[in-house]
Amino acid sequence: MKSLQELQAIRDKMKANISTTRDNSEAKVRVVVGMATCGIAAGARPVLNAFNEEIAKRGIEGVMVSQTGCIGICQYEPVCEIFEGDTKTTYVKLTPEKVERIVVEHLVGKKPVTEFTIGAVK
Amino acid sequence: MQELSLNILDIAQNSIVADATLIEIGVSVDKNDFLAITIRDNGKGMSEETVRNVINPFYTSRTTRKVGLGVPFFKQAAEDTGGTFRIESELGKGTFIEAVFDTNHIDYTPLGAVWDTVSMLIQMNENLDFVYTVRKDGAEFVCDTRQLKEIMEGMPLSDLAVVQWIKEFIRENQTEILKRSY
Repeated sequence: MKSLQELQAIRDKMKANISTTRDNSEAKVRVVVGMATCGIAAGARPVLNAFNEEIAKRGIEGVMVSQTGCIGICQYEPVCEIFEGDTKTTYVKLTPEKVERIVVEHLVGKKPVTEFTIGAVK
Repeated sequence: MQELSLNILDIAQNSIVADATLIEIGVSVDKNDFLAITIRDNGKGMSEETVRNVINPFYTSRTTRKVGLGVPFFKQAAEDTGGTFRIESELGKGTFIEAVFDTNHIDYTPLGAVWDTVSMLIQMNENLDFVYTVRKDGAEFVCDTRQLKEIMEGMPLSDLAVVQWIKEFIRENQTEILKRSY
């Protein structure tokens, strides 16, 4: 059974590795996932979870993951918007598998996964 | 919604939008297998008229669309099992929601991974506090971010290792208290 002592051990480890703790205070890229009723019902929880996990796992810096309400395109949920400077990319009908590709190809490779964007949906 | 834990996530978003700083989520099961979910916040609350309106699917405080389904979905999920739903709110004080489910009813929606909901709420809202309580047969489990933050001594709760620990902490203790899945 997990106990609070274990949390203390995690804390001590984090303190020892303080330089590796990600600092997103100056995030250049923002990933915003729609988490209103429509998004949640369509599967936004595992999608947001996948963004958090994939980004942390790969130690990607300068990316902030956040959530928002209904973006207004409920039929395309789960939806996320990625903001970089003046550019916005809207990904639709997401799954955790699609998120993995977006993290690798878009956030790391700087090349949007066009086939998952709203423009590719009929 | 595929599981009640998603309804909880959805309703908790309303508390966040209402500027709550403390959100208390409770799950309790009585000896007749009736499961009660409560969500209490200290947000800005609603007027009597708004409280009457939120159970109407064609009411929303938003201006971009005409429906608001979060509260109606949760209410319907409870009432479909022959359970009950109530919402109390006071301007400036906060809102309280309780939904009671007969878990033996054929139309009962499984509770699902509440640990995923609570850990996500904590991860995404580091500046807010959450208290998650599970009760059954006189036994109780409490996960309180105020206590977790004290232990963390300023290190972030949103760190992946911490989030994963919180998830397992809740899942293991909840399973121990409830004895089976609901």
